[in-house]
Amino acid sequence: MSIKYAEAEPATTDATKYVGRAVDRIDGPAKTTGEARYAAEHSYPDLAYAALVHATIPRGRVTAIDTEAARAVRGVIDVLTHENVPAMKPPRKPSVLDLSSMVSGTTVNYLGTDEVHWNGQPIAVVVAETLEIARYAASLVRPLYQELPAATSFEAEKHNAVPQKSSLIAEASANKGDAPAALAAAPYAVDLTFSTPPHNHNAIEPHATTAVWDGDRLTLHEGTQNIAWTRRHLALRFGVPEKSIRILSPHVGGGFGGKGSVWAGTLLAVLAARVTGRAVRLALTRESVYHTVGGRTASTQRVALGADADGRLTALIHTSVSRTGRTGGSGEQITAGSRHLYAAPNIHLQQNVVQLDLLANTFMRAPGESIGTFAMESAVDELAWKLGMDPIELRMRNEPERDPLGGQEFSGRRLREAYALGAERFGWSRRDPQAGAMRDGKWLVGMGVATAYHPSLQMMASVTVRLEADGTLVVRCGLHEMGMGTATVQAQIAADEMGVPLDRVRVEYGDSDLPPGPGAGGSMQTATAAAGVTAACAKLKRTLTGLARRAPGSPLRGTRPADVQARDGGLYAGDRGLTYKEILSAAGRDHVEAGVKANTLTFMTKFLRERRKWVKAATGAHFCEVRVDPDTMEVRVSRWLGVFDAGTIINARTAASQLRGGIVMGIGMALSEHTLIDPRNGRVVNPSLSEYHMPVHADVPHIDVEWLNEPDPTMPLGLRGIGEVGITGVAAAVANAVRHATGKRVADLPITLDKLL
Amino acid sequence: MKVNGDVAALDVEPWVSLLDALRERLGVTGPKKGCDQGACGACTVLADGVRINSCLALAVQYDGREITTIEGVDHPLQEAFVRNDGLQCGYCTSGQICSAIGMLAEHAAGMPSAAGGSGELSQDEVRERMSGNLCRCGAYNGIVDAIMEVAGETR
Repeated sequence: MSIKYAEAEPATTDATKYVGRAVDRIDGPAKTTGEARYAAEHSYPDLAYAALVHATIPRGRVTAIDTEAARAVRGVIDVLTHENVPAMKPPRKPSVLDLSSMVSGTTVNYLGTDEVHWNGQPIAVVVAETLEIARYAASLVRPLYQELPAATSFEAEKHNAVPQKSSLIAEASANKGDAPAALAAAPYAVDLTFSTPPHNHNAIEPHATTAVWDGDRLTLHEGTQNIAWTRRHLALRFGVPEKSIRILSPHVGGGFGGKGSVWAGTLLAVLAARVTGRAVRLALTRESVYHTVGGRTASTQRVALGADADGRLTALIHTSVSRTGRTGGSGEQITAGSRHLYAAPNIHLQQNVVQLDLLANTFMRAPGESIGTFAMESAVDELAWKLGMDPIELRMRNEPERDPLGGQEFSGRRLREAYALGAERFGWSRRDPQAGAMRDGKWLVGMGVATAYHPSLQMMASVTVRLEADGTLVVRCGLHEMGMGTATVQAQIAADEMGVPLDRVRVEYGDSDLPPGPGAGGSMQTATAAAGVTAACAKLKRTLTGLARRAPGSPLRGTRPADVQARDGGLYAGDRGLTYKEILSAAGRDHVEAGVKANTLTFMTKFLRERRKWVKAATGAHFCEVRVDPDTMEVRVSRWLGVFDAGTIINARTAASQLRGGIVMGIGMALSEHTLIDPRNGRVVNPSLSEYHMPVHADVPHIDVEWLNEPDPTMPLGLRGIGEVGITGVAAAVANAVRHATGKRVADLPITLDKLL
Repeated sequence: MKVNGDVAALDVEPWVSLLDALRERLGVTGPKKGCDQGACGACTVLADGVRINSCLALAVQYDGREITTIEGVDHPLQEAFVRNDGLQCGYCTSGQICSAIGMLAEHAAGMPSAAGGSGELSQDEVRERMSGNLCRCGAYNGIVDAIMEVAGETR
């Protein structure tokens, strides 16, 4: 059974020639010829190589560190430890007044202290003439420790969790009515406990930094999801002005949240370059990535649902425990999606958090929602079994008209349409409602659904657009490209706004010398940049219109600015007008530029005002089919369809890839991904791509994605971010399909065969 | 050693991997380092036309051999990858393309696979034979489509 569907190709109107189309990614040729250079691929004549030495205890002090053998290796330039390097300035405490303070991965002042806070913390850096020498010498460094008791087991410590603090951006609890009483009184109820393991991002490019000091000026080649905040952070840590630091990050080899903060490798490369006076490259080994870059927290969750005989929810309870490190990280918003998904009259949500002596956790693709939707959407499915009701029908009966907690309007929510379309395309009516009843040869076949949900947010961006005399339009913004199609979609938007051919648009990004862009996180970058690009283009058009009307003999003289349209490479009122070349030539200008600047106060005001009025989110309906081997209980995902309500789709090709990418990562989360931590000593047991199992080609079937393409009236160009919504709900859709195929509910990720046998 | 058609005279220690020799000594950075232990395939190059993980090979073993990296590839797969969006961040892409070239040659030569065989190249065959090349962005569908397109054209 293999059905292939056409991808939705939205109709374009005259005003949007490029937006909505399936345009090839601009950086495709550079990436398929090897021309694209990543952070570890810039050479300098005096380049030296650094390697890290990691602590092998979870907590304590380094009482002595013997570097003699390492220093004796020919080619070793220096061995840096807390005994011999000047301390960096400590990181700032997180504050909403300076959002860049959020970018600190941990609070540890590396090599500025003898303290060890997790197993794997870097305690020394070897700098050498070659990579091989650096790594070999690092293996010769001999630290002595005084160990202190450490709490490293999530399983053992989760009972000590305390209620998570709410922040300005995210609340950690909610109560409406009396959910426990309603649950107790409900004729139909489920009460389930879920657990999800730690995960790691595992971008294929390990974190790498090339740091070059020239006096007090620093040039940094770095793969980062946040150029502006990283620059500010480094300026504070090394006591130099921001403008003396240049960060170049044109190609980021995958991020998924893992390159959203400043971690040890970046800081220590910059420190090593400063101390040795050499250009230093620190390309982390895969193992070092696991030891120095945080991952997704483990969680335990309870979801309890009560319903009447018609399937209408009377009680919804979702509580969670996540963990942070004692030196950083933050509690995950695991119940965030549950605030908005179902119209229950009684709701209780509570997030709890426990501190462990482990590396700080960090955001990983849809932090909170990815694992939160696994629990909620599995529980809804289980309630459907209890009621003997179709799981789509159960969801439709509880689809809210307004936000269940705050009562706000949805800026757009078409889950009903998404499920209806998906059910038809996927052949849901062919699903036998009995568990274990569908077969294909020896394979048990199961079908499951789950809802995807991710909030749509915007940050702020500074953008300039410049029209040059030869008709080239240059968009300048310090944006981040880690595979989303960042430059491509902004070029499409700018081309439409200014009415120029796409191949005349050049997007400059990935450089701190450009106007600062938003970070690439929270599915916010595209919408944020789109708002900046459209506003800057509007300004540019006004300037150009003024110039055009003043041109001698101008056919636009006397026209109202509102009647002037940007199209066909110029400005026109009706069929009269001038090309941009003519306008610039008449004005004697070689270029015209316009820009918008980010303003924190305006941003925060708008954010808080809009939050009272709207609930904005990308949503979707996942349809999953699995085959389960009845003898070995091996689970194979055999078909997938995701139908998304994600507002305007800017690029049908890159959007499909991004949504598919989320689904693929979700399939990994469902079936195989697990960062194993030794509970005795907090050490990651499988810090490698051979033992942390991510989906490979053979694990991923053709994935169909569709979208409703209904613009969100409250978002720039009607678009909602799509970087994260794809992964939400995926693990539940798999678990629900497995439940259908086998009759077994697995509430403990990943769904490995031992849990089914 | 010949790298992408040019003779490269290298004086390397015996412990230097082929990948590090290419990237750090010759400045040929198309082959990527994702794991340095043969698990991800980002470092895949062609040695006399056969795909290998260059991180698991020692440079000295390839004395006198002909190494082709993505920089030396001129193949319809490259455009097909762009057309089918068989890439996102691009870091696994060099390896995917080199691996696909080697894989198509292996299949044409009748090399069997766990997916069943050496008959017509099916999507499942491609998935099985390409499973040594990880893509964390999840561009697998586009990669398979690109390979199928080119395999169809060149058959």
